[in-house]
Amino acid sequence: MVGSAVGSAVGSTVGSIRHHVRIHRTAAEVWALVGDPARLHEWFPGIVACAVDGTTRVITTGTGMPMPEEILVNDPGQRRFQYRITAPVFQFHRGTIDVIDLDDGTCLVVYQTDADPRTMALVIAGGAAGALRELHRQMEPVGAKG
Amino acid sequence: MGRKILFITTDQQRYDTLGCNGGTIARTPVIDAVAAAGVRYERAHPQSVVCMPSRSTMLTGQHPSTHGVWMNGVALPEDAPSVADVLHAAGYRTAIIGKPHFEPFLDPFGRFPENGFARNGTFGGHRGFEHFESATHGGAGPLHYARWLSTTHPEAVGMFYPVLDHSLEVNAAGGRDTGAPQAHHNPMPREWYHTDWVADRTISWLESLGADDDWFCWMSFPDPHHPWDPPAEETKRIDWREVPLPAGYIENASERERVLDAKPKHWRTWYDGTLVSNYEAPLHWVPATLTADQLREVTALNAVEVELIDEAIGRVLAAIRSRGWDDDVDIVFTTDHGELGGDFGLMFKGPYHVDALMRLPLIWRPAPSCAPDPSTVSRPVGLVDLAPTFCSIAGLPVPAWMEGRPLPIDDRDADARGFERVLTEWDSELFGISVHLRTITRDGWVCTTYQPGSQHDGTEGELYSLADDPLQRVNRWGDPALATLQSDLVADLWDHQPTMRTPLLPVDAPV
Repeated sequence: MVGSAVGSAVGSTVGSIRHHVRIHRTAAEVWALVGDPARLHEWFPGIVACAVDGTTRVITTGTGMPMPEEILVNDPGQRRFQYRITAPVFQFHRGTIDVIDLDDGTCLVVYQTDADPRTMALVIAGGAAGALRELHRQMEPVGAKG
Repeated sequence: MGRKILFITTDQQRYDTLGCNGGTIARTPVIDAVAAAGVRYERAHPQSVVCMPSRSTMLTGQHPSTHGVWMNGVALPEDAPSVADVLHAAGYRTAIIGKPHFEPFLDPFGRFPENGFARNGTFGGHRGFEHFESATHGGAGPLHYARWLSTTHPEAVGMFYPVLDHSLEVNAAGGRDTGAPQAHHNPMPREWYHTDWVADRTISWLESLGADDDWFCWMSFPDPHHPWDPPAEETKRIDWREVPLPAGYIENASERERVLDAKPKHWRTWYDGTLVSNYEAPLHWVPATLTADQLREVTALNAVEVELIDEAIGRVLAAIRSRGWDDDVDIVFTTDHGELGGDFGLMFKGPYHVDALMRLPLIWRPAPSCAPDPSTVSRPVGLVDLAPTFCSIAGLPVPAWMEGRPLPIDDRDADARGFERVLTEWDSELFGISVHLRTITRDGWVCTTYQPGSQHDGTEGELYSLADDPLQRVNRWGDPALATLQSDLVADLWDHQPTMRTPLLPVDAPV
C-alpha cells in the first residue's frame, strides 16, 4: 500500500527517504486534514498532541517527548506542507508532504524526510510511513483499492 | 503436570566461547554440566546473523523470508504467530525476561508495544508472553532494566558505554588499555549489571508461580554482544595480555588480505574502511586498524561477560532446584547469532556467512524425568527448529505454520528424520547499499550465493569445505573441480528456500 524510496550519497551524513500512498479521495479532501498543522496527531501514530503558534509547532510524541518544529511552507495552492524539526539531535531536517491531484478523483500523498544524521531519517520516516497507512485507513472508503 | 521449559538465550555469542565446545578462555562450568547431561549440537545455524530476524525465527519457527523481518529495523507484525501463544493457550505460564528485540529499539514516537510496557509500568502480555520484562545492552532507554536502574541507582546510568554515537551510528570509540572499539571501563558493581538483573527477575518470576504450574520462561541475556563493558571489578578475572589470539585471526596482514581478496568484494572493502554495508558495524571503525592487543583485550572482556552469564544461569538453576522442579525442566541454551571476533581481522557482524557468525552454541538438556541419553549431534539444525521443539516438549502438535522440526536427540535420529541442510539468509538495504545472500549448509559444505545488489552482480559466491577448511579461508566458489557440487548445492538451496514475503515489510528504524 505504502511505497518507499531510500537514498543517500555514499559517505553522506544526510539520509533521504520518501514514502507515498494513493488515496481514493480528492486531493482537496485529503488536504483538508493534511494541511492543518494542528491536526497532525489525528493521523500520525505516535504523536499524541500538537500545539501551533504562528510558524512554530511543538508536537508531543507517544514517549512524552516534546519535539519543536518550524513550519516552512503551508501552501494550499500547491498542497505542500513543509517543516523542519529544530531539536538539537538534528544537524538538519526537512519534512515535505505533497498531496498530488491525479485528476481522477484520487490523489497521491508523498511524505519525504531528509535528515542529518541519516539514522534519524530512518526513524522519522518509519513514523511517516505509519502515518500514511493511518491516513489511508481513515480516508479510504471501505473496499476501495489501495 | 507436564514438562517445564527454561529457554536461555544470549546475544552474539560464538560457538567456541563455551568450555563444552572447546573454548579455553571463559570458564563455563554450569553450561558445560548442562551439556554433559543433554544434547550438544555441533552444527546449529541461525536463519539470519542479526538480532531481529533471528529472534523472530526463534519465536515463530519460521525463516525470515516467511515471518517477514528481513533486516534489523523491521518490526515483527503484532499478529505474527508465536510459540509462546501456542504454549500459553495450552495452559503454560509464559514469560520473556531480558532482551526481546522483536520490534525496533529506536522508537521516539513510542509506536511499538515492546518499548511501552516499562513506561506504562506494565509487563505485557505480548506475543503470548503473559509476563514481558525487558532489558538491553545499557542503562538508557525505555525498557524495564533501564527504568529500574534509573530509579534505584541513577548514578549508574551513565556508567555504560554509549552504544550509539552523536550521529546515532554504532559507536566506534575505543577505550580501556588498548583503545579497542566498544571496549569500556564500567565501574558498576555486578549486582547492578543487566546480566544479574535478568537472572534476578527470572528467579522472581519463577517464585511467583504455583508448584504445579507448567511454564515456559525465555531468559534472554543481552551479553556478550558488544559493547564490551562488563563490571570493572570482574575484568580482573582474565588478564588480556595472556589471552591467545583466536584461531581465525590471521596475524600476517598480507596473508589476511590475500584471504579476504578471494571472497566477494564487500569483505575487503569493509576491512579497508571504504564501505560499511550494514548498520550493525561501527560506521567510523576501520577493521584494518585492529591490533592483536586490541583483539586480545576484546576477547578477554567477552569471556568475562560469558562467565557472568554462566554464573547467573547457575543461580537460576539453583532456584529451580529449590522449587523441586529440576526433574521436570527442559533447558535449552543458545544465542541469536555469532560474532566475528577477530576472524579475518574483523569484528562485530554483517553479511558474512562463515562459522564466526553462523556456528552457534546450542544445548538441549531434556527433563531428567525423561531419562535422556547424553549425546552430540553433528548434523545441521537451525534456530527455526526451536519453536517446534518447545511444542514437542509440551506434548503439543507442531503447528503447520512452523517451518522447522523438533530437534533431533542424536545423529541417528537426525538421519532418520532427514536433517540434511540448514538455510541462512541476509538482506539489507540501507541508504543505497543493498546486499542479498542465501546460504545452504549441508554435506560438510557451506555454500553462499549472492543476489544482485549494489555491491554484487549476482555471480559471486562462497564455497567452503568444513572438513578441509574449518576456518573458511579458501573460497572454492567457481573451482572447476567442484562445479557439479556447487551446482547441486545451489539447486538444493533454491528448492528449499521459502518464498520471500511480499510486499516487504517496512524498515521502521535502523535497529
